[in-house]
Amino acid sequence: MAAKTFKRKDGRKPEEFRKPISAKVGIIPNADGSAMWQSGKTIAIAAVYGPKELHPRNQRDPAAGILRCNYNMLSFSVTDRIRPGPSRRSTEISKIMEWALEPVLLIDKFQSMVIDVHVNIIQADAGTRCAAINAAAMALAHAGIPMKSLVSSIAAGKLDKTVVLDLDKYEDSEFEEGEGSTDIPMTFTPDGKLTHIQIDGKISKEQLKQAIELAKNAAKEIYEVQKKALKEANKK
Amino acid sequence: METPHINQERIKKFLSEGKRFDKRKLEEFRELEIETGVSKNAEGSARVRLGKTEVLVGIKMNVSTPYPDSPNKGNLMVTAELLPLSSDRFENGPPKFPAIELGRVLDRVVRESGFIDVEKLCIKEGEKVWTVFIDVYSINDDGNIMDAAGFGIIAALKTAKIPKYDEKEEKVLFGELTDNPLPLAKHTPISLTFHKIGKDFIVDPTREEEDISETRITIGSYDGNISSMQKGEKASITLEEMDKILELNEKAWKDLFKKLEKFVK
Amino acid sequence: MTDRKIVIPGEVIVKGNDFLPGEGTERNGEEIVALRYGLAEESNKLVKIIPLSGPYLPRRGNVVIGKVENITFNGWVLDIGTAETTFLSLTEVPRYVNKDGLDEVMDFGDMAVAKIWTINKRGIDLTIKGRGLGKIDEGIIVKINPNKVPRIIGKEGSMIKMIKDETNCNITVGQNGLIWIKGDKVEDELFAKRAINFVSDKSFISGLTEEVQKWFEKESKGEKNNGS
Repeated sequence: MAAKTFKRKDGRKPEEFRKPISAKVGIIPNADGSAMWQSGKTIAIAAVYGPKELHPRNQRDPAAGILRCNYNMLSFSVTDRIRPGPSRRSTEISKIMEWALEPVLLIDKFQSMVIDVHVNIIQADAGTRCAAINAAAMALAHAGIPMKSLVSSIAAGKLDKTVVLDLDKYEDSEFEEGEGSTDIPMTFTPDGKLTHIQIDGKISKEQLKQAIELAKNAAKEIYEVQKKALKEANKK
Repeated sequence: METPHINQERIKKFLSEGKRFDKRKLEEFRELEIETGVSKNAEGSARVRLGKTEVLVGIKMNVSTPYPDSPNKGNLMVTAELLPLSSDRFENGPPKFPAIELGRVLDRVVRESGFIDVEKLCIKEGEKVWTVFIDVYSINDDGNIMDAAGFGIIAALKTAKIPKYDEKEEKVLFGELTDNPLPLAKHTPISLTFHKIGKDFIVDPTREEEDISETRITIGSYDGNISSMQKGEKASITLEEMDKILELNEKAWKDLFKKLEKFVK
Repeated sequence: MTDRKIVIPGEVIVKGNDFLPGEGTERNGEEIVALRYGLAEESNKLVKIIPLSGPYLPRRGNVVIGKVENITFNGWVLDIGTAETTFLSLTEVPRYVNKDGLDEVMDFGDMAVAKIWTINKRGIDLTIKGRGLGKIDEGIIVKINPNKVPRIIGKEGSMIKMIKDETNCNITVGQNGLIWIKGDKVEDELFAKRAINFVSDKSFISGLTEEVQKWFEKESKGEKNNGS
C-alpha cells in the first residue's frame, strides 16, 4: 500500500481510470456488428463480418469456426505518424485480441467458417489494445455471435512504487521517475476470470496481485458501459 | 454483397426515366456532413459523411530534405486505404488497385491545383522542408468514397495547424501545435466524379449505383480551372458527352462549394 | 407473455428452477442466462432469445433465395449465404433439362427461389420443384438480416400480407434474408423495399403491426401529395 498519495500528471488518483469512457454500437452500417469504444483520449472502432466462408480453404477448421482479429492504427492516430500497413506490434496485438476474446465465444457449430473482427485506432493515448478488445467484444455481440458473455479490458500497472490503474501515454512511455513505469493490460470475463494479461516492466508479486485486483474491479465498470451501449443500440 | 443483376436492371431502367432509387435527381448529392478535429494527435483531421458513406482524413507533418529537383518546395504525400472495416468487399492486406488509384487521383487534385503553397513550406532551401502527409481511410463504403475523401481533404487541410519546430535541436515537437494554419491558396480545389450509366450521367452514386457505372470521370477544379482529371473503367465517351460533363462539373462545383463553406470557413 | 427486453450475452434473464432454458439460453444454477444478443422472451416458463442479428442457420424445408455461382455437369451451385456447398441438381427442376443446356435454364449470376430439400455432410441440396420456386426474372432483391425474417412475415403471414396489399407487389421472402419484390411499377417495388426496411429497423419493438399501419397511412398521404 502506498504510504502517501501519489500524484499523477493529469491529476488522477492511482485507482482512477480515465474519463470519459463512452461506447456506441452500430456505427458502421455495412458491418454485421460494429462498435466504438473511447477511454479518455483513446478511441477504437470495431467491425465484425461473419460468420462466413473462410478462404483460403486450407486455413479452414472443419471442427469449429475461427475468430480472426485485425488490429491496425490509423497513421494519424499518434503524434509521430505511423507508416500505413501492418507492423510486428499490430500483428502481435491482433493475436492477443483473438486470445482475449475466444474463451467466451461459442462458435463450434460454425465449422469451416470465419468471423472477422477489424479494429482501427482513430486516436491513441495508450491503452489501445484494451480499447480495441472492448470495442470488439461489443461488436461481436451486436453481430449476433453466440457468446457466454462479453469481456472487458483495462490496464493497470505501476508508476515508480505506486500501483495505478489505466496508464495514459505519458505514464506508459515518458514517466521515468524512480522505478519507471510498468504497464499491465488485462481482460476479464464478468465473473472475474482473466482471458488476457501482459506485463511490460518490473513488478513484485504482491503489487501484481494488487494491480490485478484493481483492474478486475475496474473491468466491472467497463462492463456496465458496454452493456448499456448494446441495450441502447436500437434507440434512435 | 454484389448488387444482384435484376436490381441493376431496375436501377438502369429507372435512371433512363430520370429517376433514382433514393428519389434524388441525377445531379444531386446526398446529405453532406463534415466534422473537423476528430483525431486530436493529427495536425488536422476531418470526418465526412455523404449519405451512409463515411471517410476519415488526417493530416500529419514532418520535416525532411526536399526533392533534388525542387529544393525550395515542401513535399506532399497522399495515401488512401480502403479499410476492411468499411465493407465486406475489402480484404486485409496491402493496398489493391482501387486504393492505389484513389490515393494517386486525390494526390493530383491537391498537388496540381497548387492548393498548398509548397514554397512557404520551405525551412532552409536545399536542406529542410515540411512534408505534408494526407492519409485517407474509408470507414463505411456506400459509394463515392472518392468525392467524400476529396471534401475531407479540403476540410482537414483548412483546419490543420503546423507543429512546433525546434530550430536548435532541428526536430519537430510532435504533439505540440503552433497557431499557424497551413499556407493554402485562396482558391479551393473540389474533386467531383461523374458516372455514366446508359445515356445518363449521375453524381454521388450509392454503392449499388456504382456497381453499374460504365465509366467515370473525376475532375479536380477551382474557379473554372481544371487542374486534374481521371477517367476510369471501361466504356468510352463521346466528345459531346465530355462537354456535358464539363458543364455538369461547373454547376456541381458551385453547389458543393456552398455546402463545404458551411463546414469550413 | 411478459414484456420483451433486450439482453446481452451472459446476462441473467430470470431466476428460478421452474423455468426452462430455450434457444439462445442456458441454465446456470438457478438462473437462465442469455447466450445471444437479442430480445428475451418467456412463455409458459420457456425462456428463449429472439435474436436481432447473426447468421442464417439453414433448415430443411426453408424457402431460400440464392445466386448461381457455378454450373457443373449435373446442376448448379448456389450461394445462399452459408458456408455449406449448396447444390441444385438438374433432376430437381420441374422439367427436363438437357445436360448441355444447363446454362440456358439458369446462368452464372442468375438468382432463384428454391427450397432446401436435404442437409447432409456433403452440403445442402435444393429443389425448385414446387409452387413459387424457380428462376427470378425481374424485380428487386432486398437483403435483411435473416433473424428478422419472422417479423417481416408476421404472425400467420399478417405482416407480409399487409405489405403486399399496401404496395401492390408480389413478395417472396427467403428464410436466408433475401427478399424478392416484383411489382408493376418500380415505384411500387421501392415502396415495398422501404416498408421492409422499416419493419427490419423496428423489429425489436412491441406493437410493431400498429406502427407499420401508421407508417403506411403516413406514406400514402405523402404519395398522394407528391402526385406520383
